[in-house]
Amino acid sequence: MHRELIQLDINGERRELAVPPQKVLLDVLREDLGLTGSKRGCDDSSCGACAVLADGVPILACVAIASCYQETRIITVEGLAVAGEPTPIQTAYGEAGGSQCGFCTPGFMIAIHALLQHNPNPSDEEIRETLSSNLCRCTGYMQIYESVRLAMRRMEARSAQPAAVR
Amino acid sequence: MSAYSIIGRPLPMTDSPAKVSGLGRYADDISVPGMLVGKILHSPVPHARIKKIDSSKAEGLPEVKAVATGRDAQRPYGILPIGHDENALATDKVRYIGDNVAAVAATTEEAAERALELIEVEYEPLTAWFDPLEAMKAEEDWIHEGRPHNIEKEYHHEFGNLEEGFSQAAFVQEERFYAAEVNHAAMEPHSTLAIWQPDARLTVYSSTQVPYYLHRTISDVLEMPMSEVRVIKPMVGGGFGGKSEVIPLEIIAPILAKKAKRPVKITYTREEVFYAHRGRPITLVDLKVGLTREGKISAVAARVVQDGGAYCGYGPVTVLYSGALLGAIYDIRNLKFDGYRVLTNKPACGAMRGHGTVNVRFAFESMLDMLAAAAALDPAEVRRRNLLQAPCVTVNGLRVTSYGLPECIEKVVERSGWLEKKGKLPYGRGIGIACSHYVSGAANPIIRSNMPHTTVNMKIDRDAGVTIFTGASEIGQGSDTMQVQIAAEVLGVRPERIKLVAADTDLTPVDLGSYSSRVTFMAGNACLEAAKNMRAQIFEAVAKKFGCIPDELESRDDAVFYRYKPAQRIAFDEAVRCAIDFHGTLVARGTYAPPDESRGGQHKGAGVGPSPSYSYAAQTAEVSVDPETGEVTIHRVVAAHDCGKALNPVTVDGQVIGSVYMGLGQAMQEEMLWHEGRLMNPSLLEYRIPTTLETPQIDSIIVESEDPEGPFGAKEAGEGSLAAAIPAVANAISDAVGVRITSLPLTPEKILEAIREKQKQDREKNAATRSEKRGAR
Ligand code: FES
Ligand code: FES
Repeated sequence: MHRELIQLDINGERRELAVPPQKVLLDVLREDLGLTGSKRGCDDSSCGACAVLADGVPILACVAIASCYQETRIITVEGLAVAGEPTPIQTAYGEAGGSQCGFCTPGFMIAIHALLQHNPNPSDEEIRETLSSNLCRCTGYMQIYESVRLAMRRMEARSAQPAAVR
Repeated sequence: MSAYSIIGRPLPMTDSPAKVSGLGRYADDISVPGMLVGKILHSPVPHARIKKIDSSKAEGLPEVKAVATGRDAQRPYGILPIGHDENALATDKVRYIGDNVAAVAATTEEAAERALELIEVEYEPLTAWFDPLEAMKAEEDWIHEGRPHNIEKEYHHEFGNLEEGFSQAAFVQEERFYAAEVNHAAMEPHSTLAIWQPDARLTVYSSTQVPYYLHRTISDVLEMPMSEVRVIKPMVGGGFGGKSEVIPLEIIAPILAKKAKRPVKITYTREEVFYAHRGRPITLVDLKVGLTREGKISAVAARVVQDGGAYCGYGPVTVLYSGALLGAIYDIRNLKFDGYRVLTNKPACGAMRGHGTVNVRFAFESMLDMLAAAAALDPAEVRRRNLLQAPCVTVNGLRVTSYGLPECIEKVVERSGWLEKKGKLPYGRGIGIACSHYVSGAANPIIRSNMPHTTVNMKIDRDAGVTIFTGASEIGQGSDTMQVQIAAEVLGVRPERIKLVAADTDLTPVDLGSYSSRVTFMAGNACLEAAKNMRAQIFEAVAKKFGCIPDELESRDDAVFYRYKPAQRIAFDEAVRCAIDFHGTLVARGTYAPPDESRGGQHKGAGVGPSPSYSYAAQTAEVSVDPETGEVTIHRVVAAHDCGKALNPVTVDGQVIGSVYMGLGQAMQEEMLWHEGRLMNPSLLEYRIPTTLETPQIDSIIVESEDPEGPFGAKEAGEGSLAAAIPAVANAISDAVGVRITSLPLTPEKILEAIREKQKQDREKNAATRSEKRGAR
């Protein structure tokens, strides 16, 4: 089968690999790079479980042709933690019940991370709107909202603290 | 302060770090060297005899390492001992579009797909049956030879005296209700990795709620001793019943692995998930209920027909639940039930959250509102007047040990502002109430035996870490965390000290699985017993050291201390070492089997319905209906759930809210659309589960009735709240615009049609009254 050499920037690491030209990013991540955090939940880009960040913007890796993302910084759920420290939403999620089975969680992590980066203080309606592209069959979403609000409160408290005690 | 240090605390789920970091492994995330991709050829026709399969061309492809057909595994199987009617790959007939005909294992997915195209199958079509009522009339071409007229099973139960009951009624209502078919739509598509090992053993990782049934079935169908098959359940991305029986890929992957002598992974596409199905069947409920002038239910007669699809699956259990659980919620003395499970040429239905009870509850709670209106009673009050006097045994032999329903009703009435709202909101806005319930595990196992339903082992070694070995299956509901909390509470240690090995048939003791909401009650009780046995060994050693008796000791916060002088204490690590000096590595075991008194009556089918304990739920839904379009907006659902005791309130809230959410999906928008056996919406784009935008505010209220036999008083929380959500909305719509919708889902089309019909009738009535008045003048 014909393959072509591509270079990707994934979670801050430069990766070079040979893939069929039409291979989607999700399959490259999962099959070629062993980054199985991003999930496949559907056949028609309707669930959001595969979301990753491309230059800070959430995209659906299941429909993104990998070779088109060579000039882009890709962050997957595995790359969200900074130096092994979970992000505020990752900690809040456990405490407020944001995950049940967890299969949708990587997609939500990406969506919420992008939301809070772009707007650290979204309204309930903005949270709801933004997360409408991710499906969760377990939680009924209430505890996901709760997790986001908890993370927001913590981020706010942290930024109000003098740097020394951060 | 609570008497407990860990129980009742909102501990994050133990596997939460694995989930939020993306490092947790679900079945499809696991790969091993040399692994092949498996793909399945599905039937394009709904009902046909297979005349010939020629797979020689597929076998000729160099990338193809194995091709399997029905010839490779001829032993039939099925989840129920009375329903072994499936083959993982068809042997002589196909019975639905999507039925499994052949499978290939190849080095790449593209090669596997190409190989499928090269398999030639010749079919001889048979009459196909799509409508359950038509299927029941069939005189020939029955779907299964041993099932005349395509009736899988029928049951006829009568308790008390129907005639007398109806004669006492001041109001009798009769109605037909319809519920469309729905699918679990768990976010994780099914996936199975079967690893053929050089020592001719088989290891299988699978997305399953029932690893031990899978273990047994693989051994049976592949004719291998169970001791040479190992099943491991990795993380599972949701089940809701869709992974609670053996799904074809779980047998096909092992068949291919055995043939190719290589590891084979099969992962379903979302379309395949819909066709594998096992969801909630199309259900027709003919319901007749009598109410006395005082608002007491005097008699109930229900006829339930379920469109079961092409195989037995859990079918007889589903239909029996729909009858039996009419009994365990209200005080009903005269009860008749006729249930039919019918075969049709569509994918098999099965267990789905609220198994068997949901569609009947929709009918019953709708009808209670209709009767309340007839009797000019408040719907909440009608429900209050029909409460059970627990503890009790119902007319159909169900033992109710704890009953928080009265408190659930009070709580939702209060929180929702029911008294100010019911019947008082402006036209177009309304509020509805409904109740529901569910078992905390089935008192009788699927395969009758006297074995415990679950066993939990525990080990402590010199590192003073506690390891729990449990067969119970974490599928997102909190099974692992629940057991860690129970063990930590009893041993008086930090939860971090506890490790848990779960659902691996080589390592962990048998547990029947995560279905019928059995895990907290059953595995929880077994874990409780194991922990107590473990603690006894530790206390015995410490008592010797302190010169007291074990009963005088307590453990908390990682220490064991003398109860009457807590300063006399010893760190848990040291206590453990004392005990190990006596016994060597500490091991303990706990088991659970439901008590005999909970196992139900003697009539045919009495095995289904009995449970050691029942959960209860009440809900209100507040809605707006646009009378011009029929569109419904749900503003808020208030859900109270009696879970006995909330071992972890965040998890309980999550289960309740998740159940309500799933109920609302079925109420408002979910429906599998069939055309001659073909599913018209086999994707998440077309089969629309609610997004954040369609999901209203859902408030959960925990009610704790402290069950006398539950672990720390706990009972089920994961299913009982689903059923109430649907009739609560239907009743709210009726309150808003005065129309009664008896068919699910409650679509704008149906509502609009009903509104127009009502307007027409109202106009005619008004015209009649006007002309009467004129006539009288
Ligand atoms: S896998 Fe569902 S949107 Fe990408
Ligand atoms: S937690 Fe299971 S799908 Fe969201």
